[in-house]
Amino acid sequence: MECSDFRILLHGYLDNELDLVRAIEVEKHLQACAGCKRAYDQYQAMRSAIRGRSGYFSAPGHLHRRIRSALPLDKGRRARSEALRLTLLGYGASLAFAVLMTLSLTLYLAVPTPGERVPEEVVSGHIRSLMADHLADIASSDRHTVKPWFNGKLDFSPPVTDLAQQGFPLVGGRLDYIDERPVAALAYRHRQHLINLFIWPAERGPADRAPETLSRHGYNVIHWVQTGMRFWAVSDLNPADLRALVSRLREPTARTPD
Amino acid sequence: MWGIARSSPERTKARRFEELALPHLDAAYNLARWLTRDPHDAEDMVQEACVRAFKYFGNFHGEDARGWLLAIVRNTCYTWLQSHRSQEPSVPFDEEIHTIEGHGSITASLSSGNPESLWLQDADQRLINQALEKLPLEFREVLVLREIEDLSYKEIAAVAGIPIGTVMSRLARGRKLLGEYLKQMDERS
Repeated sequence: MECSDFRILLHGYLDNELDLVRAIEVEKHLQACAGCKRAYDQYQAMRSAIRGRSGYFSAPGHLHRRIRSALPLDKGRRARSEALRLTLLGYGASLAFAVLMTLSLTLYLAVPTPGERVPEEVVSGHIRSLMADHLADIASSDRHTVKPWFNGKLDFSPPVTDLAQQGFPLVGGRLDYIDERPVAALAYRHRQHLINLFIWPAERGPADRAPETLSRHGYNVIHWVQTGMRFWAVSDLNPADLRALVSRLREPTARTPD
Repeated sequence: MWGIARSSPERTKARRFEELALPHLDAAYNLARWLTRDPHDAEDMVQEACVRAFKYFGNFHGEDARGWLLAIVRNTCYTWLQSHRSQEPSVPFDEEIHTIEGHGSITASLSSGNPESLWLQDADQRLINQALEKLPLEFREVLVLREIEDLSYKEIAAVAGIPIGTVMSRLARGRKLLGEYLKQMDERS
């Protein structure tokens, strides 16, 4: 590959858009050409800078409201009855899930201790969501859609953060059942990896606890408590990247819900 | 704004629009904001785009409501900007002029002999936003859709109405120009 070809293909490579053959050719050229390798490093650094620091301008609240209210929607009775129907479905689903969880837990040869139970449950929940391809009941990358979906299905409102511009787009949300209670499960994606974030209120113990990392069955788990909510993040993503997600989620100035 | 009809099909259409398209209002506003470079113009553009989108929503049968809405926002902005081009202080866009030169100029303009690239580390959000705003519209558009909205080349091509190959070459040129602006801005401060 000539340097002249490389100059543009480099960007396709940076964006993971090249087919395998061309990607390999680019990599070979990078190994052979110091000048092009320098250019690659510089653009890589520039992209991180842009992605980390450019502004994402969310639509102001009044614009959301103005456009929504102008739609010829029939609010009121129809919307309420639909919400009730979905609530009943949600509770039915989580009840069935609770039965399943109890059955599957009794199949463990060694009964886990209470402190050990939650890590096992979140990892099981994570694996199950991938096996059954059941990541989300509300499949949307928009927190304005996902957060209100939980209304009437849980006795708390989970914080839903949008981290798409940091490379962790939201895939969607669903209900799950951990530590003998219904919890919110948010699915995030980072490149090829999926991350499940389980959230529920911290009814016992401190309202804030620093993140702790652990590993179960090959999955990385980070858990913490913040403003009275428990967070458990599970993924096959490497610990460093998972920690990056966690620190973004913990930022008070992040794009947390209104 | 939406017409007076409140018949049942209209309500169904409105509900479907609310479910599919409105979740992407932030993305719509973000793109309009970067293209028009003004928050009030961006609001007007989004509103106009939504009216148009709702009107033609019957024609939308695809999966990607975000891409579809963004394409409408993009075209609305471009049409508006054409009659308001006096507000474009940045370098005019010419596909031919902004070409990739030899190696020497890439590394020279980007590294300034300093492998640490302190100018990149120093570039804060304000500086990066300034540099992005300075880019010609066609470069700014693809960079925002790629780096901020995280769209694939295929999605960007659909929104901007250009071939995929053009997406890559505009990104290449746009990033190079952005690098030059950032370095200039750092040298001045």
